[in-house]
Amino acid sequence: MSSAAETIAADFDAIDEPLETQMTLSMGPQHPSTHGVLRLDLRLDGELVVKAIPDIGYLHTGMEKLFEYKKYQQGIVITDRMDYLNPLGNNLAYVMAAEKLLQFEIPERAQVVRVLMCELQRIASHMVWLGTHCLDIGAMSVFFYCFRQREKILNLIEAASGGRMTPSYFRIGGLMMDLPAGFDRRVRQFMDDFPEAMDTFNTLVTGNRIWQSRTKDIGYISKEDAISWGLTGPCLRASGVDLDLRRDNPYTGYETYDFDIPVETGGDVWARFMVRMRELEESYKIVRQALERLKPGPIKADAPKVVLPDRDDMRKHMDSLIHHFLIVAEGFNVPPGEVYHAIEASKGELGVYMKSNGGPKPERVHFRGPSFVNLAALPVMSEGEMVADVVAIIGSLDIVLGEIDR
Amino acid sequence: MTEKLHEFVETLKSANPEWVGDVKDALGEVTVTVPREHIFAACEFLRDSLGFDMLADLCGGDRGPEEDPRFEVNYHLFSTTHHRRLRLKVLLSEDDPKVESVTPLWKTADWHERETYDLVGVVFENHPDLRRILLPSDFDGHALRKDYPLRGYEPYSMN
Amino acid sequence: MGLENKIFESLPDVLTVKLDAVVNWARKSSLWPATFGLACCAIEMMNTVSARNDLSRFGAETFRASPRQADVMIVSGRVSRKMAPVLRRIYDQMPEPKWVISMGACATSGGVFDNYAIVQGVDKVVPVDIYVPGCPPRPEMLVHAITMLQDKIMKESVKDRTDTIEAESRGSIVPGTLPVTEGTALEAETEVEVAQKNISRPYTIPSRHERRRSF
Repeated sequence: MSSAAETIAADFDAIDEPLETQMTLSMGPQHPSTHGVLRLDLRLDGELVVKAIPDIGYLHTGMEKLFEYKKYQQGIVITDRMDYLNPLGNNLAYVMAAEKLLQFEIPERAQVVRVLMCELQRIASHMVWLGTHCLDIGAMSVFFYCFRQREKILNLIEAASGGRMTPSYFRIGGLMMDLPAGFDRRVRQFMDDFPEAMDTFNTLVTGNRIWQSRTKDIGYISKEDAISWGLTGPCLRASGVDLDLRRDNPYTGYETYDFDIPVETGGDVWARFMVRMRELEESYKIVRQALERLKPGPIKADAPKVVLPDRDDMRKHMDSLIHHFLIVAEGFNVPPGEVYHAIEASKGELGVYMKSNGGPKPERVHFRGPSFVNLAALPVMSEGEMVADVVAIIGSLDIVLGEIDR
Repeated sequence: MTEKLHEFVETLKSANPEWVGDVKDALGEVTVTVPREHIFAACEFLRDSLGFDMLADLCGGDRGPEEDPRFEVNYHLFSTTHHRRLRLKVLLSEDDPKVESVTPLWKTADWHERETYDLVGVVFENHPDLRRILLPSDFDGHALRKDYPLRGYEPYSMN
Repeated sequence: MGLENKIFESLPDVLTVKLDAVVNWARKSSLWPATFGLACCAIEMMNTVSARNDLSRFGAETFRASPRQADVMIVSGRVSRKMAPVLRRIYDQMPEPKWVISMGACATSGGVFDNYAIVQGVDKVVPVDIYVPGCPPRPEMLVHAITMLQDKIMKESVKDRTDTIEAESRGSIVPGTLPVTEGTALEAETEVEVAQKNISRPYTIPSRHERRRSF
């Protein structure tokens, strides 16, 4: 449509080659391989990509404006819909930023459960990444195997919180409710079956010659470019930079767990693939360690004016009932200040900038989505590649349009 | 925990005292307010000499139509070598919301500045390609301003 | 094998059925969806297609990427203002007979997002047959929606659902947006209209399906 022409960059036409040998192709927004509603303007010379410009905004939801009209507790529900493959990670970033403003101490059981759920969520997110990446490149059966594992994790998350994909499990001050009885037995059951699934993936994909030739030496980005473009997460670790916020800026007790950070130096699609496959094994280790540390204890911080009381307490004691009513109806006042908190989500550094002016609703909430920043580097990675490789590069960046467009 | 950051701020101040307007230390973070003419030079010094090689986030905010200065732009710097974070803040008034772009220093600022322009209305000078990124290109107004209504002006309907 | 033979021996050689029954049975049993996954509901749609809840048991064997080969469009996810014209265009590209399932709270009514950016209900853009609530709806709910749509299709009449009349559909092209082959009557029409400049053209002419909403 004609308005599409206005969204093309001003310097798109300033290319040396004459127009007769090149074609402009608009890939998307409805496309099976763009992982959401992303539009790519590709200037092609035959099959070779001369220029690639992403056009985003087709899923813009105005979430940042919505946060300013909702109380802090209500905002947790909105964060689920942002990066919808890693909702517990979004919840955690938002909740921890608010806890930083309120200067809360979180009890130990809540911290261990947070680590456990976040790592399970990381495995689930990487399952979708692997399934859709393989589906785009052509290995369709891996999609079904991955989603089979993901269904098991979604059942676990549903048992804990009630929602498969939009759990909203964390609260400011701790957790929504305690883990159900028998949860650790079910997680252990899943973990016992998981190494066999990893073997299946390695047999089907990692050792596959076709896969290797479609992913090696494609979509290269150098170390300096990666830092300058702000890449984080597996995309940065695949270019040789040893940076992981779980180890370098630790939160929720991650400094007490024993895990390695996989780093590759290739900088191409294959390196990003290998980093994520090895991250799955590291997450497996962390979940095992977290299961050992689960001890009975309180799951919410001790702050009656901010944290909702237990339902039993609320029914028996008058002051709990009053607190419950006030927290739900009026919200709690957060002391004025601003804070930036970043966690290592499955896609990179998920940062929340939260500014409060002393009232029950935040003044400004900004989410630094890792996919937003990673996608900006797509032109650098895909110029000089074939059109079919652009699909592989988008898959390796692991983008989620909900997080990009917010 | 913030002593090293204060050392960095002292180094910044000794390089050029005009760069450092106001230093705030709260909740474990250090915020430096930089006057808007000097933001590019301050960022360049921090990137080259003090090791802040990654721009983690650049976000703008609207303080409200009655406040003066109305807009603020926050630069969150991060270092991949010493893993510390520093926030720089630039305050802009409503009649002249212009600030220089830091895209030549960190290429990631490109899209962040486009988003800030789109949603808040701050104009970044010398930006390679400043146009709307999230809202439709024919959208009227800047959505994240406090005087823009939440539900917009007209509901969308094709029938 | 034996049971079939026994049944066929007891039936007459020629059967007469209603045309509606046969055609609708064929249409409902092979509803191929078009991929229109937008947001979180798209992931639940992918879960519905994968091994545990298998949608291809009910006829939705493959999800066609091209709308020209699809029967049903499952709008799964929130539709933003920038995306709404694209949605309408994809709907127009689907050939009749076509149905729309609006999956999820955001597609049905705007969902959690009552703000400037999201269209409050996808039925402001395309006509919808089945609404599925939920945020996101469970895969079993989407399966139920497909079976409900199959029941609805069985109740339709074949004579109601003809293709859009050609002149109407030609009239729905907005001048200047599509390339026009030189020398054809289409070029003459668009030039005359552009010269006149006083014809206000709606974005699309409603098809017969849309005008007859009561089933």
